[in-house]
Amino acid sequence: MNTLERPWLWVFVAWLVAAVASLGALFMSEVMGHAPCVLCWWQRVAMMPLVLLLALGLFPFDARVLRYTQPLALVGLLVAAFHVLLTLGVIPEALEPCRQGIPCKTIQVQWFGFVTIPLLSLLAFAFINGLLWAARRSLSK
Amino acid sequence: MSQKNLFIVVVLALVVVFGGGAWVYKQQQAEQAAQLAAKNQAALVRADAPTFGNPQAPVHIVEFFDPACGTCREFFPLVKALMTANPDKIRLSLRYAPFHPGSDSVVKVLEAARKQGKFEETLQALFAAQDSWVINHTSHVEMTGPILEKVGMDMAKLQADANAPEVAAMVARDLADAKTMNVTMTPEYFVNGKPLPSFGFEQLKALVDEALAAAR
Repeated sequence: MNTLERPWLWVFVAWLVAAVASLGALFMSEVMGHAPCVLCWWQRVAMMPLVLLLALGLFPFDARVLRYTQPLALVGLLVAAFHVLLTLGVIPEALEPCRQGIPCKTIQVQWFGFVTIPLLSLLAFAFINGLLWAARRSLSK
Repeated sequence: MSQKNLFIVVVLALVVVFGGGAWVYKQQQAEQAAQLAAKNQAALVRADAPTFGNPQAPVHIVEFFDPACGTCREFFPLVKALMTANPDKIRLSLRYAPFHPGSDSVVKVLEAARKQGKFEETLQALFAAQDSWVINHTSHVEMTGPILEKVGMDMAKLQADANAPEVAAMVARDLADAKTMNVTMTPEYFVNGKPLPSFGFEQLKALVDEALAAAR
């Protein structure tokens, strides 16, 4: 167990991405005071359990963690993709599911002119999905 | 490095970065708020704002509040107790920050009640019955009727005064001042022009004690 084997490493990095994304989300809502919109909450619902589930799958390493986390990661990816398309205006406003509180179309943070919170979420979910697939592939070899 | 050590080191690093980042961010925010307050004293102290206590008091607390805000309700008696504990030393000015939907109509009623000399009674009554007219974070001025009648006011005059354009202008000005002072939540306190470093009654009391000591 002392060597960093491939599948373990992929799951570990996926956990790291989920942990950074979750802490980043908490920093923006709890420290900086940006209220999360409804779609943000759904992405949190998918992201935050990944931090605990993936960590539990690491010690001792349990390949079945992929079975339990890949659906969550996929759902998160879909919601994040929907959210990004909404902020870009690709999906018309009529489809917007949020009527109360913070509208999901509102861009609260924008870095370098194009990096928004939903985009960061989409990237994080894409990475996690890719890493979990890589772990599954290297296990089946 | 073993897997376990790697994991522990990364967790610790994440915690340190988060905690350190939060601390640095809060410090920066507090400093910015202090600078903003120092620059905008005119937007903070308005001569026509409702005021309690000795007008010549050495310590002046300015509170931005919303009658629909639960924390404002909890803090009001605490601040009054602070004033009672230091007679003639503390003056409290209230500024309207009707952030809840519908609250703008309620602060207009408060301002109208002030014209009948019933500001404090009305505020106390509205706070006491808050649950009956604030529903789901929305103020319903139409449900305050029975509360206002119990205070004992000329209701026709109250209605007319609440709809007066100068009252609307005052509320709009207070909201604009809140924006200038970067007040986004209620209650927000300024003690002799200084904002709280972070929110809490202890922090407010510490600032007041500091100002009292400086005045001695």
